[in-house]
Amino acid sequence: MQQSQPLKKTINPKPMTEGVKKQLLFRLLLVALLSLLATGLGYAVLSLPSSAPGLSELVAENLETSGVSNPVTAVLLNFRAYDTLLELGVLLLALLGVWSFGAVPERRESFPGPVLDTLSRLLVPLLILVAGYLLWVGAHAPGGAFQAGSVLGAAGVLLLLAGWRPGARFVGLPLRITLVAGLGVFVIVSAVLILVGGRLLEYPPSFAATLILLIEAAATLSIGITLAALFIGGRPEAGPNN
Amino acid sequence: MPALIFDIHWQAIVILLPLAGAIACFLWPQRGVQLGLISALGIVACVAALGWQVLELGAQRYAVGGWGAPLGIDLYADGLSLLMLIVTAVVGLGISVYSSGYFNQDRARHFWPLWMFLWAALNALFLSADIFNLYVSLELMGLAAVALVALTKGADALTGAMRYLLVSLLGSLFFLLGVALLYHSFGSVDIALLAERMEPSPAVWAAMGLMSAGLLLKTALFPLHFWLPPAHASAPAPVSALMSALVVKASFYILLRLWLEIFPLTNAALAQFLGLLGAAAVLWGGLQALRQTRLKLLIAYSTVAQIGYLFLAFPLASIIGWKGALYILLSHAAAKAAMFMAAGNILHFGGHDRIADLDRVVQRLPLSITAFALAGVSIMGLPPSGGFIGKWLLLEAAIRSAQWWWGIILILGGLLSAAWVFKVIGYAFTPAEVPHEARVVPATMEWAALAMALVAILLGLFTSWPLALMDIGLPFAGEGDG
Amino acid sequence: MSHVFLYALVGVGLFTLGLYALIVHPHLLRKILAINVMGSGVFLMLVALGRRTPGTLPDPVPHAMAITGIVVAISATALALALMLRVQVETGRAELPEEPLE
Repeated sequence: MQQSQPLKKTINPKPMTEGVKKQLLFRLLLVALLSLLATGLGYAVLSLPSSAPGLSELVAENLETSGVSNPVTAVLLNFRAYDTLLELGVLLLALLGVWSFGAVPERRESFPGPVLDTLSRLLVPLLILVAGYLLWVGAHAPGGAFQAGSVLGAAGVLLLLAGWRPGARFVGLPLRITLVAGLGVFVIVSAVLILVGGRLLEYPPSFAATLILLIEAAATLSIGITLAALFIGGRPEAGPNN
Repeated sequence: MPALIFDIHWQAIVILLPLAGAIACFLWPQRGVQLGLISALGIVACVAALGWQVLELGAQRYAVGGWGAPLGIDLYADGLSLLMLIVTAVVGLGISVYSSGYFNQDRARHFWPLWMFLWAALNALFLSADIFNLYVSLELMGLAAVALVALTKGADALTGAMRYLLVSLLGSLFFLLGVALLYHSFGSVDIALLAERMEPSPAVWAAMGLMSAGLLLKTALFPLHFWLPPAHASAPAPVSALMSALVVKASFYILLRLWLEIFPLTNAALAQFLGLLGAAAVLWGGLQALRQTRLKLLIAYSTVAQIGYLFLAFPLASIIGWKGALYILLSHAAAKAAMFMAAGNILHFGGHDRIADLDRVVQRLPLSITAFALAGVSIMGLPPSGGFIGKWLLLEAAIRSAQWWWGIILILGGLLSAAWVFKVIGYAFTPAEVPHEARVVPATMEWAALAMALVAILLGLFTSWPLALMDIGLPFAGEGDG
Repeated sequence: MSHVFLYALVGVGLFTLGLYALIVHPHLLRKILAINVMGSGVFLMLVALGRRTPGTLPDPVPHAMAITGIVVAISATALALALMLRVQVETGRAELPEEPLE
């Protein structure tokens, strides 16, 4: 058991027939075991009652006071908003992790051809518009912060592919503030609600719609920028605060 | 005044505060250490206030958003979760103080926000009464832990972190599939409601198997421990302390909640099986620890052994047994944090952690070696220490339930630990051929290690308070009279 | 038995298929993809089973859970990919060292 030894960089020698046999046996055994697992799980799924005892009715009953009329958004941003709060934390955390691994990896300078250049100029404003629409429509139809954020993130990825890089001015504190906006607004709203005597994430019904839109708007921005920043794959090099 | 304190939603605050701390540390990295330490002190104060609240008013259920289960998510604080929060706060404070001296500026700006996220995830996890929410907190904890392990650059740490990440994601997916099956069986993800509506069915058995397997993998119970030693040993010292002291305990905590509340322990054969795995872990971890030549790997293998003790409570299935396992968990958290900190000091001092070349380190770092020895007392289970109390309770439970053979495992495990503790201490007194290239160790790092070791010892002297805490809300009540 | 269960069974299939690939393939990129396939299986099952009662609206709670799960999966994948690149830079290959058998 010597796991701290330096890694061997040798290429595996051509495996012997004995090894191949062993590997085949291992795979067969694995397939057998996994088939057993799949059968068991399939049986378990089929044994579920055929009509769902889910929460649709309860959600529908409380939809009125939730501030939105799209049930999925109501669950995400009101009934189970606490999950969403933690989940924005997970997204930010992933970026922190990626940044802690090091700076942006060396990459060849890419010069976009005329098609990519023109298309990205056309598409990015359109994508931003679509993101705004998805954010707004999420209150009463399929859509919402995550969908809008993904579209915004796609716009960012397109820009990055076309060779655009954020200016040094934006890389410090302004970028960091944008990245934490979603989680930050969520935490601030929670703290304020507790301060005025409510529970964690208990929106007063008359403010619910506004608060949800506020949180979603900040979340959309953060999700979009975070996804694009994750795509860069490292900490943008400009040093903090300049 | 107390009434005012009891009105405050401490459960929500102990989760929001570390999150706010993480955001602050991320926004102003130059002030990371100060912001982190302030947040740490704040969290400790809030956990103390929550503790007071729970002590006075009993177990607390808190409906996030005012909806209540099954529509909303509930937080629930009883004695068990409170105890986990307190041990996280105590060890977390020690690790924060230690880290303020350990990391250089460049690594500190990554460490503090990640550590605050990890703390938030741990607090959220111990308070959650909702299995889907537990999944989200598990992932928050897992990703933070992986990023922290990878803070040490170099092949060992990176491959260790990579394997840990894959294992952690796999465990979470097993857990999530179980959550899906339970939700579609009973229409709720709230632990209390699930317990109420529980009736055995193939889906419940599948969910139990999936969730248990996923959590056992994350808890690194033998033989699923393969990922733990490389990840824990190659991480920076305060991170190793966090991993061994707190992170592996979190998945064990969830397992405990599930077994005690959702899946009542009717299956004696499965409980015996878990006990056997635990026994194997105690022996295997102890033997492997004895064989190691590097101090941090040795300590990491000892974690594998100590996790084994926690599972000895499953076949005993009595209140005393659970309390014993929990007591071992608490004292191991403090003792193992102390050991990794002491090892970190030795590594910082001499530039290596080869056990055979410790070179009279006892003269140069007397406080760290004292901390190591005191922590060793608790790990071995000698009186007076928390480890002793835990083993004593387990032994009592074993004898009461006429399963004395588990007692032999306890004694053998203690002997193995004693062997490696004395081996390390012995080398600490022996001059080595290669002298150290000595670097000064900050005093905060030495005292933090000693403070953690003293906590492990004090747990053996003041036993009534933690044991009384375990009774709040009767988390073990379903388990017979012991 | 409705077509809903068919989707759920496909989910189970994806889950086990991903598990197989995760164990068998040594390359880290494949392992990361395998984890994602497993995750998709779980989400598919989660969402499909939410629509078991015929004639009613699908249950929104599993939908919200799947969205949460997807965001978590994206985050984890991004972290894993970045870590994989670091491993490759550091060790020269995107594979984990062979596990010494105990």
